[in-house]
Amino acid sequence: MSDIAITDAAPEPHAHHPFLQHHFEDLGQQHEASTLGMWMFLSTEILFFGGVLCAYWVYRIMYPEAWALAAEQQNKLYGGLNTIVLIISSLTMALAVRNAQLGKRKATVGMLFATLLFGSTFLAIKSIEYWQHFHEGLFPGIHFTWNEVPALAPKVQLFMTFYWSMTGLHALHMVIGAGLLIWMMMRSWRGDFGPEYYGPVEIMGLYWHFVDIVWIFLFPFLYLIHGVHHG
Amino acid sequence: MSSVTLHDVRFVEPEGTRNYITHDYGALSWLLTKDHKRIAILYLFSITALFILGGFFAVAMRIELLTPEGDLLTSDTYNKFFTLHGIVMIFFFLIPSIPAVLGNFLLPLMIGAKDLAFPKINLLSWYLYMIAAVMGLYIIITGGVDTGWTFYTPFSTQYSNTHVFGVTFAAFIVGFSSILTGLNFLVTIHRMRAPGMTWFRLPLFVWAMYATSIVQLLATPVLAITLAMLMFERVVHVGIFDPAIGGDPLLFQHMFWFYSHPAVYIMILPAMGVASEVVAAFTRKKIFGYSFVAYSSLAIAFLGFLVWAHHMFVSGISVYSAMIFSFLSYFVAVPSAIKVFNWTATLYRGSVALLTPMLYILGFIGLFTIGGVTGLFLAAIGLDVHVTDTYFVVAHFHYVMVGGAVMAYMAGLHYWWPKITGRMYPEWWARLAALLIFAGFNLTFFPQFVLGYLGMPRRYHAYAPEFQVLNVMSTAGASVLAAGYVLPLIYLLWSLWYGRPAGPNPWGAVGLEWATSSPPPMENFHETPVVTWDAYDYPAMMKAMGETQNV
Amino acid sequence: MLSDFPLWPDQASTVAPGVDALMTFMCLVTGGVSVLIFIVIFALAIKYRRTPENELAQDYEPPKALEAAWIIIPFLVFMVMFVWGSWLYFRIQRVPENALDIYATGKQWMWKFQHPGGQREINTLHVPVNRPIRITLASEDVIHSLFFPVFRVKADVLPNRYKTMWFQATKTGRFHIFCAEYCGTLHSGMIGWVEVMEPTDYQKWLAGGAEGSLASQGEKLFQKYACNTCHTNDATGRGPVLAGVYGTPVTLTDNSTVVADENYIRESILNPQAKIVRGFTGIMPTFQGQVSEDDLLKLVSYVRSLGAQKAAVVPVESASSKQTSAGSPLNPGAGIPPQQPKKGTTP
Repeated sequence: MSDIAITDAAPEPHAHHPFLQHHFEDLGQQHEASTLGMWMFLSTEILFFGGVLCAYWVYRIMYPEAWALAAEQQNKLYGGLNTIVLIISSLTMALAVRNAQLGKRKATVGMLFATLLFGSTFLAIKSIEYWQHFHEGLFPGIHFTWNEVPALAPKVQLFMTFYWSMTGLHALHMVIGAGLLIWMMMRSWRGDFGPEYYGPVEIMGLYWHFVDIVWIFLFPFLYLIHGVHHG
Repeated sequence: MSSVTLHDVRFVEPEGTRNYITHDYGALSWLLTKDHKRIAILYLFSITALFILGGFFAVAMRIELLTPEGDLLTSDTYNKFFTLHGIVMIFFFLIPSIPAVLGNFLLPLMIGAKDLAFPKINLLSWYLYMIAAVMGLYIIITGGVDTGWTFYTPFSTQYSNTHVFGVTFAAFIVGFSSILTGLNFLVTIHRMRAPGMTWFRLPLFVWAMYATSIVQLLATPVLAITLAMLMFERVVHVGIFDPAIGGDPLLFQHMFWFYSHPAVYIMILPAMGVASEVVAAFTRKKIFGYSFVAYSSLAIAFLGFLVWAHHMFVSGISVYSAMIFSFLSYFVAVPSAIKVFNWTATLYRGSVALLTPMLYILGFIGLFTIGGVTGLFLAAIGLDVHVTDTYFVVAHFHYVMVGGAVMAYMAGLHYWWPKITGRMYPEWWARLAALLIFAGFNLTFFPQFVLGYLGMPRRYHAYAPEFQVLNVMSTAGASVLAAGYVLPLIYLLWSLWYGRPAGPNPWGAVGLEWATSSPPPMENFHETPVVTWDAYDYPAMMKAMGETQNV
Repeated sequence: MLSDFPLWPDQASTVAPGVDALMTFMCLVTGGVSVLIFIVIFALAIKYRRTPENELAQDYEPPKALEAAWIIIPFLVFMVMFVWGSWLYFRIQRVPENALDIYATGKQWMWKFQHPGGQREINTLHVPVNRPIRITLASEDVIHSLFFPVFRVKADVLPNRYKTMWFQATKTGRFHIFCAEYCGTLHSGMIGWVEVMEPTDYQKWLAGGAEGSLASQGEKLFQKYACNTCHTNDATGRGPVLAGVYGTPVTLTDNSTVVADENYIRESILNPQAKIVRGFTGIMPTFQGQVSEDDLLKLVSYVRSLGAQKAAVVPVESASSKQTSAGSPLNPGAGIPPQQPKKGTTP
């Protein structure tokens, strides 16, 4: 017995876009769904980072001296440089989205690549920072040998637990972002994006901007505490 | 495009139409499916298997507790068993159950969509669940974990000699399964409703899934970061909960319960959604106070985020803090009470059919009421000091989770079984199982309220001899309960081959899922529906269908 | 026959009747309402059961006022429960004046009790009847919870922090003590007995095993650790005078004030840099790792004994005592054989 064709929904007025997924009625619905989905995912990230940031604040209020002293151990130059690097990367990312919307294939790839470059710069600077901190004895646990102010050393170690885990999680998100950027570059090079379909680049942008914003919180919290401490 | 309205619901199945089960054959067509219905079936198998595993731990514990001495299992083994019972049942059974099985299957059908918004992410959710489950199984086999499902520090971070890292990592992964399901549902409900399906025409099950998904989305990440910090401390041997460097074990409790209290609403809100559907279908009436029930789901979701420290009344929070959380806990009880009253009122002047799904739901209403009011006891802080950390709490949460959520899950499974499989189950065996479960459940857990008030602490391997009689009663009940759970496993499986074929709408219910064939075709509807009728518009449907439906 | 099948434990404390009264109220109200709901459901399900004549429901919407009623009335009832529960909770948390002090330490898997006169007990606690007893709690390892079912009180016991609970026994006898917070392998074995005795019997019991009061033992430690070389009795000492300090507010170098309670004294011994008194420099060495938990209790008792003022006791955490100090590695204390290794080895 031959298969009986199942009638689908009536055909689209325009030609079926290659990237329209079949459970969506049209590209507009698909775009709205994807964008909403990314915003919702970002809300989970807010809760994720927010959880550890709240814990950080609880201890900051309890141990202001130790927190100020620990922040002094940070390298503000590297942190500041990284902040600038990330902000620029957000600019290039926004430009990439714009170029995708305009259908400028090479410019899109170029801006995505620039974003990747700045992102990688961030990770490189962070690696140097981590290496230096480790050798200063500031990694928690058995490698924690920093003892300039013995009375506050335990709480400086507590601060460092936050520093390493929070920046570590952030760096992990950057690495994932870098991978996604490469994928976007490949798709962009292939000519997938144009005025009627640029959603993936846009939501890539949302993700990247979010990772940037997380850093904008981490930098002042972990590097720029001003306070009194024991000499 | 043309539309299918209620008036066209006299159904003629096109000959040779394939449904989602027969659409494709082969294991890969299931393991790589993007169809929400097939993914729901994948989940059905997984969570049933995990339920049996969790049940095994429970049976072992109840047998041990027949005698006051710890003579069947060693202390360490018993401690691992109650830990694993909690972890498996909560993370791998209760939290996914209704959303991942019934929600996945029904949500697109109920709103007139072809699939969820992100089918591939839906499949990813299942794979994350399976990866976590396999990790969990491996950990169980290689020694288990003995911290309690609550992982309190410093015991879990610095004292336990078991696979704490592994299990928390597995919980971390299965949490993402939950988050992605919630995300998928939220976007689907927002963006994929059929033309004419306005918010207040949605079935209450959809409202319940919406509220559940908000909680899944926003609460679970906090668990994720809490477990991440716990894992950090296990590996590095210092961490943010460590008193030696100025950390506070109570911080763990706050962070943990910030998720784990909303988690209980993830478990009960879908159950309430099922209750609304079943009550409506088996009274052939719109649920009394539809909008109140819809809003109460949202209220429960929101208020559920504000009460976490009611798990910490004796932990060391301030008196004023305790009072605030007590007050808010009473507040969150109000919307639940609203639902119970509304379901009851729906019965008035309805056409009440006491078929299996309805029996389960009436049982649910009764047992959830008892579980819910004992929550009021716990919220009274002066009383909580005595009963917290005793079997009173154990009884309370089993009433709401088992007497509540599991009963509703069983109700939903039976109600939608014809839609999912195209078959009817044997009604009398199903009723027998429902009654056994109801009776067995009460015999198991009601004595535990008394045990708790008498002072028997929870998580006790051995207990004072005067507690034995009540423990024996409880174990006797557990055997009846277990028998009750075994029956559906058998007859539901039996029905797949020998059950009477169900038509598209064996119950004569109103809802888009009943306007397509049983089992549904791959794309759910042959034509996209255009909705012009209210939710539960029984008078209109009945007029349209004449007397052609048989129940 | 009823006594063979009790539904509640003995009422043996001043708060127990109050707790039982609230419990009874809750049972009656919630039980009554639940039974009412069940009856209504049962009746409606029968009366409106589906018959061939009743295939379709009647189109009927009950009045909306009903909805308002069953929102407002339950809420008011809940508020009664809330107020009653809170009032009871305050009674349970607020330690009365003139309480007899007991110090309890929980460790895996036993309870150690010390009386002010120095008498020590393990897993058994002798107390006099009709006298408020204040227990100061500490843990040497994980979180435990000291639970007296007949007194209707329990409190979690935390590492590195003192907490307080109190009760006043109203009945002599022998009653259960349980640990109520899961703490590892022998959690269900961390149990004991509280022996409530007539005052004369209690005195006799006390006389049987004194080593000198906690405070006098603390005085010996004060000299042994050379505390007295800086903390002299006049203003010429390098450290603040401790006489009369206990229970009074102390001004620190950053001009904040803190009440000198047990937690403050304990922290000052283990982490002297945390809160330095104004007018002094941070030259006090730390005794972390040198002083056991038991000895800390004795030193604190001694300092208390130097100050006649009793602090206005807030038994649950006050702001000052929220500052947890850097703790010492766990020390099982004199005379107790070491337990199995506590630190986890499996990540």
